[in-house]
Amino acid sequence: MKHRVVVTGLGVVAPNGVGVPVFSEAIQSGTSGIAFHQKLKELGFSCQIGGMPNISEEKIKEYFTDLQLKNFKSDNILYGVIAGMDALKDADISLAGKQGEPLWDLGIIFGSGNSSVEKFRESFYKIDEGNVRRLGSTSVAQTMASSVAAYLGGMSGAGNWVTSNASACATGTEAIVMGYEHIASGKATQMLCGSSNDGGPYVWGGFDAMRILPYQYNNDPTAASRPMDANASGFVPGCGAGALVLESLKSAQERGATIYAEVLGGHVNSGGQRGEGSMTAPNSIAVKRCITESLKQAEIDVSEIDYINGHLTATTKDPLEIRNWCEALYRNGADFPYINSLKGMTGHCLAASGSIEAVSTILQLKDGFLFPNVNCETVHPEIERLISSEKIPKETFKTNLQTVIKASFGFGDVNACIIFRRKS
Amino acid sequence: MTTEQIYAKLLPIVKTYLPEDVSEEAIAADKDLTGELNINSAHLVDVVLDVEDEFDVEFANADMENLRTLNDAIAIIKQKLNIR
Repeated sequence: MKHRVVVTGLGVVAPNGVGVPVFSEAIQSGTSGIAFHQKLKELGFSCQIGGMPNISEEKIKEYFTDLQLKNFKSDNILYGVIAGMDALKDADISLAGKQGEPLWDLGIIFGSGNSSVEKFRESFYKIDEGNVRRLGSTSVAQTMASSVAAYLGGMSGAGNWVTSNASACATGTEAIVMGYEHIASGKATQMLCGSSNDGGPYVWGGFDAMRILPYQYNNDPTAASRPMDANASGFVPGCGAGALVLESLKSAQERGATIYAEVLGGHVNSGGQRGEGSMTAPNSIAVKRCITESLKQAEIDVSEIDYINGHLTATTKDPLEIRNWCEALYRNGADFPYINSLKGMTGHCLAASGSIEAVSTILQLKDGFLFPNVNCETVHPEIERLISSEKIPKETFKTNLQTVIKASFGFGDVNACIIFRRKS
Repeated sequence: MTTEQIYAKLLPIVKTYLPEDVSEEAIAADKDLTGELNINSAHLVDVVLDVEDEFDVEFANADMENLRTLNDAIAIIKQKLNIR
C-alpha cells in the first residue's frame, strides 16, 4: 500500500528573495534577482550577469556558530543550510537534543550540482604550495559531495536516510521524487528534500565557455532572462537553494501540521544520450515518457493538469520543451494548461532550480495565483503556433489551481517530474 | 616570553573551539583538551594551526602526538622558541 504524502514545510534562498515571505512577494510582483557582477567583467566573461541571493552577515550568524564559520568558504552549504533549516522550522519539526535520540523517522535528501568550489580553490592553492598541512579540519566536510546533507543532518539530528543526489539541473526535482518514494513506501515519515548550488565565476565559467549564456545584456541585467520570448538568447546563470519537508499524510494530520499540498507522484528517467539526446541536449522521447509516467504514478488524467512549472531556461530549446508538453499531454492551443518559468526572475539556478521552482509552484497552488513570465514580451513564434498566448501569463493573476506539474531536465540527458495537488 | 604570557595568548585560541556547553572558566593549563574540555578531536589540528600563526613556529607530527593539554603546548612552544 502506498502511503499518501504531503508537503508541510518550505524554505528558499533565491536570487530574488531569501525566506518564503520575501520570495513569495517577489514572485507575485515579478521582481528580478539578476544583477551585473564586476568580478565577471574583470575576469573577461562574455556574460557578466547572474542571479545571486543577498544574505547579510547577521543572517548567516542566525544559522551558524562562530566555530562553524571559522575557515568556512562555501556558498553551497550556506544556501542549503538556510533553506533546509527554514523548511524544518516552517514544518514545526523539533530538532533532536544534543544528547538525545536521533530523529529516526526524519531523513534528508539534499543534492548539489557541485560541491563548494571556493573551498576547493583555496585548498588547491595550499596543496600546490606544498602546504597541505594548512588545510585545517573542515576542508573535507566542506568539499565532500554530501556536505549540505551532512551539515543539515548534524543541525537537525535526522536519523533516517541522509544523502545527496546529483543529476545536474534535474537534481532538485529528483530529490523531491526520491523523498516522496521513500515516504510512500513507508520507510520514513518525514523527508527534508531539496537542492543547492553555489555560483560565481568558478561555477559559471564552464557555461560561459560553452557560449550558451547571453552576452548582450550586461548593461540591462534584469531584461536578460527571457524564457519563451522570441529574443531568448541563452540562460542567465544563477544559484541558491530550495527545500521542502515531505511527510506522510497520517503523520501530518496526527500532529496537526500545516499542509501546503499533496504530492501525487513523480518519475525520473534518462534519454540515454541516444537519438537527438546528448550530454547537453534532451531526447524528447524520454522527456515525454517522464511526463507520461509521472501522470501514471499520480493516477491522474492529462486533462487534470491546470498548470505547468516549466524547465524553460530561455535558450533555443524552449520551443522544443513546449512541443514535448503538448505531445505528452495531448493538449494544445487554448486547451493547454497555464505555463510559466521562474527563470525570468532568478536565472537558471542549476541544481538548485528544481527545488526553488518547486517552492514557487507550491506557493502558487496554496495561495491561488500565477506569477508572470517576466521578459516574455513577444512569444516565440514556434511556441505561439503550439499554444495560446493567454496560457503564458504576463501579469500576476489570481486563479484557483488544483493539480500542477513541475519538470526539470539536466545535462546527461536526465529528466525529473513531480505532480502536486491542492489540499482540500 | 614567560609561561604566563604564552598561556594568555593560548587562551583565546582554545576558547574558539570550545563546545557550546563548556564555559570559558573551565579552561586550565592542565586540562585535557579533548577528554576534559570536550574539544572535537578533529579541531586539534585547527588549534595547532592557530598556535603556529600566533607564535610563528611549526609543529612536527611528533609534537602533535604529544599535545594533550595547554601545558604540553606551552612546553612545545618554549622548546621551539628556545625559551628555558
